[in-house]
Amino acid sequence: MKLLLTFSKKKGREPVIAQVVKQTGVLISVERAHIDSVSGEVLIDVPDTDAREVCDLMQAKGVTVRILEHGVSLNEEECIDCGACVSVCPKEVFYMDEEYRLHLRDERCVLCGKCITACPHHALSQTL
Amino acid sequence: MEKSLELINQKIRDGNATVVTADRMPTLVDEIGEDRALNEVDVVTTGTFGAMCSSGAFLNFGHADPPIRMERVWLNEVEAYGGIAAVDTYIGATQQSTTLGEQYGGAHVMEDLVSGNMIELHGTSRGTDCYPRRTITTELVIDDLNQAIMVNPRNAYQRYNAATNSTDRTLYTYMGTLLPSYGNITFSGAGALSPLSNDPGFRTIGSGVPIFLCGSTGMIIGEGTQHSPAGGFGTLMVTGDMKEMHPEFLRAATMHQYGVTLYVGVGVAIPILDKELVRSTAIRDEDIVVDILDYGVPSRNRPSLRKITYAELKSGKVELNSEEVRISSLSSNRKAHDVACTLQDWIKKGKFQLALPTKRISTTKISRPMRETARVPRVRDIMNTNVVSISEDESIKTAARKLLRGDTNHLPVLDREGTVVGIVTTYDVSKAVVKEEKNQKVKDVMTIKVIKTVPDEHVDVAAQKLERYNISALPVVDERNHMVGMLTAIDLGKLFGKRWQK
Ligand code: SF4
Ligand code: SF4
Repeated sequence: MKLLLTFSKKKGREPVIAQVVKQTGVLISVERAHIDSVSGEVLIDVPDTDAREVCDLMQAKGVTVRILEHGVSLNEEECIDCGACVSVCPKEVFYMDEEYRLHLRDERCVLCGKCITACPHHALSQTL
Repeated sequence: MEKSLELINQKIRDGNATVVTADRMPTLVDEIGEDRALNEVDVVTTGTFGAMCSSGAFLNFGHADPPIRMERVWLNEVEAYGGIAAVDTYIGATQQSTTLGEQYGGAHVMEDLVSGNMIELHGTSRGTDCYPRRTITTELVIDDLNQAIMVNPRNAYQRYNAATNSTDRTLYTYMGTLLPSYGNITFSGAGALSPLSNDPGFRTIGSGVPIFLCGSTGMIIGEGTQHSPAGGFGTLMVTGDMKEMHPEFLRAATMHQYGVTLYVGVGVAIPILDKELVRSTAIRDEDIVVDILDYGVPSRNRPSLRKITYAELKSGKVELNSEEVRISSLSSNRKAHDVACTLQDWIKKGKFQLALPTKRISTTKISRPMRETARVPRVRDIMNTNVVSISEDESIKTAARKLLRGDTNHLPVLDREGTVVGIVTTYDVSKAVVKEEKNQKVKDVMTIKVIKTVPDEHVDVAAQKLERYNISALPVVDERNHMVGMLTAIDLGKLFGKRWQK
């Protein structure tokens, strides 16, 4: 399950993720991180069964946690199956079938947004 | 044996013509041989569906009362050409909205019209005795127009070179998003399904030939602009009635940071008159070779990294510099196929008759580059060759002294061979002074990742670098990375005016 963590400026200095890993023993993989001077946003992936525990502990440490149920979403009306999104995605979310129709494996998506700007037909969006 | 077009059209009218799509042809010919293919196949349908920037439409709105002779025209805030008579205009696909920029443009106006959506017309005029009115604003749908005639100067490119990017930043181009360091490859065109690939001799493709255009029966006007068949890059100028088109086959698009374009569906039906046409329509993706060009080089003559076939392009990945690189298409293979199948269906149902060209299109032309009468300035023409530099191990104090004495804000840092290894600015030096750390050297404060230029670079390209990286000077280096001069925003300012003085 993917969790989007938002750190405030102060918390950003503490090794919260490392602390949670140590305390829970859950292996957290960091998929994407964006940290600037005001706040930080980190997308992590944890096994579904451990998500609750990680979530609670993160929140107790003052981190805002949001569960991301879906990756990027496709509007089939707008999509023309051009494929412009396919090669820009770092996670190989998109692929074409034999008939050159686009398919998504959205569970892989880390919501980096690259495909959203690359799609010439505004067919991709981020549902939050 | 040869077949006549009359015979083929008769079979179409009788509803018993054999029509196959171009992608089926190679296997069919393999299976039954050329002779039987000529005997059995009457028509091969082709199709392509991709971004065709050079598209647009002539629109006639009818006269208002009191009448106006529109000199400037906007449709949903997208400016259209106002230089043709009172209530005629030409809307170009790539023209952008005055308020929404690249999010809405001429292509979107065209898609809205074809979809039956309301559009707002706004026109202005200076007023004449016969056309006294000065402004008009009204809402229209396509049925309110007398004519909406698509005329696309350059469509259906025979093939396109593929694109990649050697630089270390993402490029946003008309070939889509190109990731840094050869991160991906993009291409366009339907390969062996493309109309012009199937008749490169332009024997059945020429002026007056009916075609599938965005869901309507359109027509080939003649050669397209920039038609360059000698090198395999033929194009067509096409026309069709927008009132008969379908939004399924005409889609507006935005290439991020490049602009608006129109995805157009074009299909041509090729009558199989003789063996030569059997052969040319049996072309495979493997037979169509293009170059992978480096869009990181901002020049008309972009270097080719390697040759590649459409079969490789469609496979989704290829080896480049001994690494696997992912490829994606910008045009839609599925839609190209839909175009060819729809055209096939029309012919089978007797709804579409074929015709031979009333005028042949050249097969030997080569498109020439622009003749430029003014010499474009290069970096070497305006760079500063009298440059004060410094070495890595010198002290901050020396740097400060040199900056002051040299009356400059930048000191390139050179090693013993004269190679640029860094740059220090007045800002770096001031920061070091404030810190008050002892024995600080130039190498402790310099920027190592130096953005550079070369003497031969066009001044516009160098200016773009300054702007993009928000810097005000570029060391100029030769092929061995040796310093030969400096180009500053001030030098550029002298050339371009105030805009470059940062
Ligand atoms: S948002 Fe990023 S990871 Fe998700 S599908 Fe798009 S490109 Fe791939
Ligand atoms: S880039 Fe957009 S239109 Fe093209 S295949 Fe991907 S989602 Fe569909």
